[in-house]
Amino acid sequence: MTRTEFCAGYPITPSSEIAEECSRRMPLIGGIYMQMEDELGSMAALIGAAWTGARSMTATSGPGFSLMMENIGYAAMTETPCVIVNIQRGGPSTGQPTMAAQGDMLQCRFGSHGDYSIIALCPSSVQEMFTLTAQAFNLADRYRVPVFLMADEIVGHMREKITVPDRVENVPRRELAKGVLPFYPEHDLVPGFATFGKGYGVHVTGLTHDERGYPCATNVRLHHNLVKRLVDKVENARHDVADYDIINPDAEQVFIAYGAPVRTVQQVLHDNPDKNVGFLRIRTVWPFPEFALAQFKNAQRFLVPELNFGQMAREIERYVNVPVVSIPKLGGDLHLPSELTAALGGWK
Amino acid sequence: MMRHEVRFSGFGGQGIILSAVILGRAAVMYDSKHAVQTQVYGPEARGGASMSAVIIDDEPILFPKVTNPDIFVIMSQEGFEKYGADAPKNAGMVLDSSLVHSRPQCRYFEIPATREAKQALKRDIVANIVMLGALVATTKVVSDSALEKAILDSVPKGTEALNIQAMKKGIELAAAALTNGEQKA
Repeated sequence: MTRTEFCAGYPITPSSEIAEECSRRMPLIGGIYMQMEDELGSMAALIGAAWTGARSMTATSGPGFSLMMENIGYAAMTETPCVIVNIQRGGPSTGQPTMAAQGDMLQCRFGSHGDYSIIALCPSSVQEMFTLTAQAFNLADRYRVPVFLMADEIVGHMREKITVPDRVENVPRRELAKGVLPFYPEHDLVPGFATFGKGYGVHVTGLTHDERGYPCATNVRLHHNLVKRLVDKVENARHDVADYDIINPDAEQVFIAYGAPVRTVQQVLHDNPDKNVGFLRIRTVWPFPEFALAQFKNAQRFLVPELNFGQMAREIERYVNVPVVSIPKLGGDLHLPSELTAALGGWK
Repeated sequence: MMRHEVRFSGFGGQGIILSAVILGRAAVMYDSKHAVQTQVYGPEARGGASMSAVIIDDEPILFPKVTNPDIFVIMSQEGFEKYGADAPKNAGMVLDSSLVHSRPQCRYFEIPATREAKQALKRDIVANIVMLGALVATTKVVSDSALEKAILDSVPKGTEALNIQAMKKGIELAAAALTNGEQKA
């Protein structure tokens, strides 16, 4: 099993079951669950625990996610590996606590101030909640970034068949080599990790810092190079972290989906085997795998069902020269198969 | 290919969601089928009409929400009005006749689950398990043995015998409903 050693949080619908189960189960495996005073504190606790070498996670939903943004930026700047689960609900504000949405897809990418990059994964089944959570920890440790598991109330609350493997791949965090400065990047732009308590002298700050970790906030070139590296270490790895499936690459109409709407598209393809409909089904949403779009060489248009007003459709538009049709659905219901089948018609 | 969409409704506190969880568990863990369980999840469910649903299929389930339920388990009048009154003619319904006074257009079985749970078993809390026994006896949507194992997995320690008794009471009531010809065409 992937070991989550530390989980901090402030329970919020519809993610509270994760806090409930972690508080019960973590102590049984020698881990810690800490209920914090709010989401700012939860995110801060996560970062502190990560620096002691623990694998750290939290779970929240919209309003709590907004409160976490400040320290998410701190995690990005200090290159702290951590996993943030967001069981998305209807927003803005407190919105619809018990209803599904995918309205935080841009917030997870851009929600904290300044330039940085993160990794975000979207499960569409209970099985993927399991496998992508394990994957999220490995990616967080590998690239030293916050990794987001962007689920939604539908996937977060349904029960279905899953298979738990005997063992889950557990990629260890790369330790800092002795004698190397704690923020000196290796060839992949990721520095080795100077775990607290292991004899490293390391200073951790949200201020722009040099390779020793010391604040150096007025050096123009140093700031440019640091922020560029924070972005490039993730963006350069886009092929390595990409996780998507391509179905019917020669089709003229192509669905693109992530999270719960994947299930509706799968049903539409299953029910219309003769229609030759393409499907790009994405698990790693950020960094966005734009190179996958080029595999649909005959695509005349892309259809993007989302539980928001076209957040990822907007991203897709940047990369293609054919129409991108956003199929938004707000309110908490999943797109019906009939709605997506209807979207295929009325064309040509 | 076998596929069923089962919808449960009653009031908050009757164990409507647990019923669906037990049925899904029986199908997946003990009958080697696929199942997806979902529910109406909101503050309005407390005390009001509660609804949960299970899809059971031989094949993996793609679209996870119930759209065309063919089996209804109804345990309150409000639940009937909100989630059972629209049952199509070719569906089947198991209703708790001690609490539901309306009757659907479809084929149905009258199971006095709450009354029997209270009188025969001395615990009305197991009425939902009586309904599960009756559901499985009338529809065979999962096997009896799968249901029994899933109940034992799901109920609190110390209540196993009571719950198995409740399941058997449901099977018995269903048999009586079947032989009395109570089910309406």
